[in-house]
Amino acid sequence: MPSHDASERGQTAWYLRHAWPIRLMHWINVLAFMLLLMSGLQIFNAYPALNWGKSSYTGRPPILQIGARMDAQGNPVGVTRIFGHEFNTTGVLGLSGRDGERVRRGFPAWITLPGQQWLAMGRRWHFFFAWVLVVNGLAYIAYTLASRHLTRDLMPTRSDWRSIGQSFKDHLLLRRAQGEADRRYNILQKLAYLSVIFALLPLLILMGWAMSPGLNALFPGWVDVFGGRQSARTIHFAVAWLLVGFAFIHLFEVVVSGFWNNLRSMVTGRYRVADEEDGHD
Amino acid sequence: MTSQKNSRRRFLQRVLVSGGALLLSGCDQLSRSEWFAKLLGSAERLSFAAQRLLLTRKAMAQEFTEADLSPDFRSNGTSNPDNPEYQALAAGRFADYRLQVGGLVARPRTYSLDDLKALPSRTQITRHDCVEGWSAIGKWKGVQLSRVLEQVEPHASARYVVFHCADPMDVSGERYYESIDLEDAWHAQTLLAYELNDVPLPIKNGAPVRVRVERQLGYKMAKYIMRIELVDRLDHIAGGEGGYWEDRGYEWYAGI
Repeated sequence: MPSHDASERGQTAWYLRHAWPIRLMHWINVLAFMLLLMSGLQIFNAYPALNWGKSSYTGRPPILQIGARMDAQGNPVGVTRIFGHEFNTTGVLGLSGRDGERVRRGFPAWITLPGQQWLAMGRRWHFFFAWVLVVNGLAYIAYTLASRHLTRDLMPTRSDWRSIGQSFKDHLLLRRAQGEADRRYNILQKLAYLSVIFALLPLLILMGWAMSPGLNALFPGWVDVFGGRQSARTIHFAVAWLLVGFAFIHLFEVVVSGFWNNLRSMVTGRYRVADEEDGHD
Repeated sequence: MTSQKNSRRRFLQRVLVSGGALLLSGCDQLSRSEWFAKLLGSAERLSFAAQRLLLTRKAMAQEFTEADLSPDFRSNGTSNPDNPEYQALAAGRFADYRLQVGGLVARPRTYSLDDLKALPSRTQITRHDCVEGWSAIGKWKGVQLSRVLEQVEPHASARYVVFHCADPMDVSGERYYESIDLEDAWHAQTLLAYELNDVPLPIKNGAPVRVRVERQLGYKMAKYIMRIELVDRLDHIAGGEGGYWEDRGYEWYAGI
């Protein structure tokens, strides 16, 4: 795949880092995931609590609960209770919006889709882009297998595993790979991508299906493997935030290893390989 | 070269910034436009088709044990219909209640509560999943809707079963209604339930009779059912979408 390019200055080499189907599917995924996250939080707000078990009324308190109440002075406060510990989250969780027009709601308007409380429309966005995510994901898996992108670029090699300690050090010191090594994904990068593609996203989708009363009837009882429908809802929520965590780390790495070079490679495909001597882009 | 590079960067910068702005403000405008809401709604038909492909009429919703019962089966939506006729029926402990079954059927008829109880019953412990996200587990006893359908004999042209309810939803007096197709109507777990957790169905949960459609969400399971109508289309009833919440943007097929 790397097509060596004569460069405009000395040792600098350019190559096609990402084929167009990968670029296209990457951006579809970005769009779908953001819309799913925001519409998902809209749906969460209709019942801003998480339970563990088959139902929400098991006699045990919720794992997480977001709400609003009056404080000792009679002022409304937003509160978030996690595993029995209560936090004042006024302004963000439980009670948010501009001063004077604060509203009781789980997540604030700026992170939900639609902004206002509108469950029916949130569900429309969510289930439309859920199909987009699933179809895009299947196309991605098919492409990575057919083009051998998976085996060639993503599967860790034996030497990758041997370099794992060095890779940790490089990441902590924000050291970018040089020369030939910059043409390949490093081991931590490979593991992060593989766990998102083959663990987190499939689990997220499966837990979405586990919440469907229709799909529950496909093999009665299958949802209990994950602790029941309300546990599935909790896992769905937690995995979504793990993916947000991945996205932030991913963005951080994109910035520190040459923001424009990385962004260009995911838009036009062209990537400038770091010279052996010139360090950061 | 440098200026070309800078202009490219400025372009990308603009794409990113305007993309973000489009996401935040544009989505809300899109939500309010009819064509876009319709486009998003097309996924509903896809989900419906996919689930119907996967689920046969025999596919049963999970049933639970007494140990799983929720301590209190919460009420949602109407908890006591603001309707004088209904209140009069309730005052008489529903002795004068008559469920009318008609529309596209060969033998329309009415059922008293005792008539319904005289038919063979089914008891099931199932999970009620609200569209809001919570679930509660309850033990339901009632007559299978299929038993009633066998007696009234739907015409071949009938495609939907509509449930007309006693509860007014707002000041206009519009009453709750719901509809399911015959695939769900004939399903073994689709009940006209008159008992919850071994006692007569409480008013807050839909007395005297509510429907159970276990493979769909809670809002499909209409409470306070007064009349059942078999129809060939839904567009001439109320808002035309097949249910009170459907007329307000919720999916008609609530299997997800």
